[in-house]
Amino acid sequence: MLYIPGNNPAMLLQGGVYGADGLLLDLEDAVALNQKDAARILVRNLIKTNNFYGCEVTVRLNHLDTPFGMADLEEIVPLQPDAIRYPKTESVEDLKRLISIVEEIEKKHNIENPKMTIHAMIETAMGVQNVFEIAAYSKRVDCITIGGQDLTADMNVVKTKEGRELDFARNRIVMAAKANKIDVIDTVYADVDDDEGLRQETEMIKGLGYSGKAVINPRQIGVIHDVYNPTEEEIRKAVRIIKEFKKNKEAGIGVFAIDGKMIDAPVVARAQYVLEVADIEL
Amino acid sequence: MEVKNSAQAGTFESSDILVMIEPVDKGSGITIDLSSSVYMHYADSIKTTITRVLNSFEIKDVKIIAKDKGALDAIIEARVETALKRALGIQQGTL
Repeated sequence: MLYIPGNNPAMLLQGGVYGADGLLLDLEDAVALNQKDAARILVRNLIKTNNFYGCEVTVRLNHLDTPFGMADLEEIVPLQPDAIRYPKTESVEDLKRLISIVEEIEKKHNIENPKMTIHAMIETAMGVQNVFEIAAYSKRVDCITIGGQDLTADMNVVKTKEGRELDFARNRIVMAAKANKIDVIDTVYADVDDDEGLRQETEMIKGLGYSGKAVINPRQIGVIHDVYNPTEEEIRKAVRIIKEFKKNKEAGIGVFAIDGKMIDAPVVARAQYVLEVADIEL
Repeated sequence: MEVKNSAQAGTFESSDILVMIEPVDKGSGITIDLSSSVYMHYADSIKTTITRVLNSFEIKDVKIIAKDKGALDAIIEARVETALKRALGIQQGTL
């Protein structure tokens, strides 16, 4: 997911051409405090008129404890982007407050079947501690994300390339997401000139189970897709497994073997996931 | 509504428009001083867009100075609305 500063018209217009799966239109940290009104109106107008080249559109709001959060919600919720991302979600109470205001605005605008979901951003030690309850709180929360910069600041440690200081948080957050069957997105890799470091970090978070990664520069998208896209060999293997699975299923056989290796339900599920990522239907 | 303060919004960046608003005497009408990188082809269209936003706020008397760098309608409307709300002191949620 590519972050786009909310007060930059050129980047908002062009953000969709770089191949990101989603755009994060940012009203929070990427906008100067005295330009919050300008960004909010600009993002509102562009959501109304721009298709962002088919990318999923998420708006990162300011927290409700700031002077900007309520005005953000009033302008953005009626437009029902794909999602809103709520920063520094620390507890169920934070979500309760947010969702109650969102629902009030939707009611005021006669939005009966809201499609907009909520991404809870975990970027404080308290948020990490409460992440299971946060992820489970509402069906509208379909993604949790880790904000590495703010989290390390809250922990009073330096964010390193190796990222050991985030190990516990990353593990805890991914497990909370998996337990609740929702997506989980990793934090940005800040050094845009270090493709190798980005690749290593992306391989690591993919291995942990993260669904994707946020980026601050379009140049980073290709590296992340390289890591996440299944290889030709993985796709070929998945196709073979699913074909054999269907054939065996018809014959009433649940567990079978390919090249001497046992194929059971978890292996089939993984193969199905590979095909889903590769956008292949059998 | 009556514009009593000067204000501005937008930037000189590509695809943006810098909009400056100046109060004028009652009865002076609307003046739009536009410079644009696409003036030859789009001056009328840009002025129409600016006027449409002014009308929606029922502004009768104002001077607008606009420096356009190829902004689309939605961006022009956003910048004029922001500048107007600042000039009228009705902007919300900002410092």
